[in-house]
Amino acid sequence: MLPLTVGLTHYVVLSALLFAIGLFGVLSKRNAVAVLICIELMLNAVNINLIAFSKYITPTLFIGQLFAVFVITVAAAEVGVGLAIIIAIYRNRLSVNLDDFDWLKW
Amino acid sequence: MDNGLWLSLAFYLLAATILGSAFLVVLLRNIVHSVLWLAVCFVSLAGLYLTLDADFLAAIQVLIYAGAVCIMVVFGIMLIQRADMKQTNLFNKQTKAAAGVVALVLAVTGYLSAVTQWGNAKTPVPKETVGSLAELMLTKYVIPFEVAAILLLVALVGAIIIAKEVKG
Repeated sequence: MLPLTVGLTHYVVLSALLFAIGLFGVLSKRNAVAVLICIELMLNAVNINLIAFSKYITPTLFIGQLFAVFVITVAAAEVGVGLAIIIAIYRNRLSVNLDDFDWLKW
Repeated sequence: MDNGLWLSLAFYLLAATILGSAFLVVLLRNIVHSVLWLAVCFVSLAGLYLTLDADFLAAIQVLIYAGAVCIMVVFGIMLIQRADMKQTNLFNKQTKAAAGVVALVLAVTGYLSAVTQWGNAKTPVPKETVGSLAELMLTKYVIPFEVAAILLLVALVGAIIIAKEVKG
């Protein structure tokens, strides 16, 4: 029975794994939209952490859940602006390949 | 404890679904399929929030992430991908370096989360989650709440202006 009981550590480890998958995608994908959705995966991993801390450490204060709401708000704003930037770059360069975007390199 | 057994079963099933779909998001070569698995990942994350007694956040997760964000990303892809979709989500040349960095991050976080002594509160989460969240949001955290509203407005206007072609 004991090894099956789920505690805070399980949620933290799951969150670390999800964050690692998202980080791998951010570092190794070529498509700008793919990088954006991998950032979403990382933000969701953070939310798992916040909600698990809220349940297991401060169950009556709800601060973790409130912070997760703010994280979701910021993530939604980030997706909107990020997609708009990608569309604007595509209009100029006809590409979403991040290896092509090297204007600041000299 | 029958309830605890079901809870841990749900946790392991949801965790397997989340990690599997996240892997598919990263590994698939067609970006539309990636977004489809992203939606699966978000819905199972909503289930995970239910196991953490966060029912309001589970509803928000389904509404905003699985609904709005996925649809918006699909619209973005439809606006920018013209050729065939088969090879739209490839890896770049730094895959091995990325794997090294990720392994390092994973080792550090795994070690720290295994070592840390979490203070474990025994009290259960109150049933009234939405009411408590609303009370916090409109009393103690009213300024972050208003700032988030302004942030959403600015992001909305900014996205429209950036995506619209500015004739110079």
